[in-house]
Amino acid sequence: MAELDPASALGHRELGLTDEDVLSMYGHMLLARAVDERMWLMQRAGKIPFIISGQGHEAAQVGTTWPMRRNQDWMAPYYRSIASAITFGMSAEDIITAHLAKGDDVSSGGRQMPGHYGAARNNIVSVSSPVGTQVLHAVGLAMGAWVRGDDMVAITSFGEGTSNQGEIHEGMNFAGVHKLPVIFVCENNGWAISVPLERQVGGLSVAARAEGYGFPGVTVDGGDPLACYAVARAAHQRAQRGDGPTLIEARVVRLTSHSSDDDQRRYRDPAEVEELKEHDPIPFFSNRLRAAGLLTDEADAALRAEIKTEINEAQAQAEARPDPDAATAHRWVYAEGAD
Amino acid sequence: MAELNILEAIRLAMDEEMERDPDVMLLGEDVGRKGGVFGATEGLWAKYGDKRVLDTPLSEALIAGAAMGAAMYGLRPVAEMQFADFVYPAFNQIVSEISRLRYRSNNSFGLPIVIRMPYGGGVHGALYHSQSNETYFTSTVGLKVVAPGTPADAKGLLKASIRDPDPVMFFEHKKVYRLFRADVPDGDHVVPIGRADVARPGKHLSIFCYGYMRICALEAAEMLAREDGLEAEVVDLRTLRPLDTETLLASVARTGRALVVHEANRFGGFGAEVAATIAEAGFESLDAPVTRLAGPEVPGVPYHHNLEDWFMLNPAKIVEAARSLAAY
Repeated sequence: MAELDPASALGHRELGLTDEDVLSMYGHMLLARAVDERMWLMQRAGKIPFIISGQGHEAAQVGTTWPMRRNQDWMAPYYRSIASAITFGMSAEDIITAHLAKGDDVSSGGRQMPGHYGAARNNIVSVSSPVGTQVLHAVGLAMGAWVRGDDMVAITSFGEGTSNQGEIHEGMNFAGVHKLPVIFVCENNGWAISVPLERQVGGLSVAARAEGYGFPGVTVDGGDPLACYAVARAAHQRAQRGDGPTLIEARVVRLTSHSSDDDQRRYRDPAEVEELKEHDPIPFFSNRLRAAGLLTDEADAALRAEIKTEINEAQAQAEARPDPDAATAHRWVYAEGAD
Repeated sequence: MAELNILEAIRLAMDEEMERDPDVMLLGEDVGRKGGVFGATEGLWAKYGDKRVLDTPLSEALIAGAAMGAAMYGLRPVAEMQFADFVYPAFNQIVSEISRLRYRSNNSFGLPIVIRMPYGGGVHGALYHSQSNETYFTSTVGLKVVAPGTPADAKGLLKASIRDPDPVMFFEHKKVYRLFRADVPDGDHVVPIGRADVARPGKHLSIFCYGYMRICALEAAEMLAREDGLEAEVVDLRTLRPLDTETLLASVARTGRALVVHEANRFGGFGAEVAATIAEAGFESLDAPVTRLAGPEVPGVPYHHNLEDWFMLNPAKIVEAARSLAAY
């Protein structure tokens, strides 16, 4: 009587995902959101000067990162990639520590401003601020694996505003020429700070550009983690087969202002901002899991409580870490001896 | 010992390093089947295949950015910019990314990358095939900058650059690629980065130079010795960053007079750094103001030979500047 099993309607089993997998995806989304919200609180409390948010992007990030193999594949993320970084192995504490710019912060030892993640131990490339540069790094990582004949797939993410940088074109074209194992994820939230999509992207589709580079471009509902997983899994398999890149354009919402220094009410219709909440991927997925019989109110509450404890501990641990020492600020411009 | 020109020495260095280390790879425009527009990579595509000697599209940002990605993955890319004049699309990758990665990641990542760039005028290349743009890179912390002037140094410094754990900008003056042959030590000849070379000892003044200017300065020194009885010490800096201040100051201490010569324009050029270094740390040695002889303040090398000859430095111009300095 499988047709009466509500969980089968979710479609995750056809994608090779177990019930535990989808609940874990949901947990990663919740954790990323909780870290994000906590950092806003810390920013408002004066503990962090600046935050740039990934709220609204969690389903796309968890879904597209889920097929990536930790410690084998590589990721070149961007400044909104909190959920991607967490899915790929960074902890909530790593993210909060980076925002507090502590001396032993894994991303930069307190050298970079908030939002600039990275962890060599997790195969996550260090994020910088000029947008789009990381796309070439993912292409180069994929090129390295291709030269060596390794089984490795690189994934990189960027916004639709960044998709207009020339470096994106150079990277995608080259990846198309050599069928490199790389997945390009454009998280299209419709706004490049204050400039809407129709003023940024001729033709209004980033995915459509892929055709010119000789590989598939797929548009996907970035609010649906399973839809994102499905296209990313196909992209990962394609890359592994040696068939080359895929460009995924995940249509997402930006629930917050561009950053803590921005106020989107100045350029977005208040009704539209209000309406955004209806597209929040977290209640969307939560409701689907409930409808599928995989999540109860009690289980959801327990999960959220567990995450809150984790975040509290992460913040406490992060705050207790030492600040960087100015006496070390001159170091590591170049390699130093046999260190 | 083999008699090689600079181009052959550069090719030999890459060949030996690729043979020694399977992680060394070359990428750039026309570096593969054609062997580079100057022939620097000739024969290497046939020997190492089209992945390790990789022809790229005309995409300089890609060349630098992909080199960075590959270096993070564990390779040692040697990237060629076809002409130094065309590096600017890659400037963001070199300056924002490559030079800063080790620092910004608190030493989690390092980038063993060499970016080879044919530079310089005197080859009828006009404004866009003649530039000496080293100053953009010498003023970028996190990069090393090398500019050899002999076949032996070209080989030894390129080998050192390929083995270096940090990014090196490797400037090759086009005019001297095939200008002359000289002895190059066989085998594992490595010239350490960061050491200047006293190319000719002297006592009356020091001429500081690099790249093609080494050849011009040595000719000038011959003329000065012959015609004026002046013994000029020629110091080939070889590495611009890190600068060998010890050798530089020791030379000024011997001669008391310093002439800095470079083809790039004078204002804010590398000579200003050399002059300031001497002024700050070698002031007591000086018998005359530090003097710069540099390219003129025009945006590029003009094409017609009348105009190009006006632009280019040469031994006669160096002799003239040295005479004035010696007479001070």
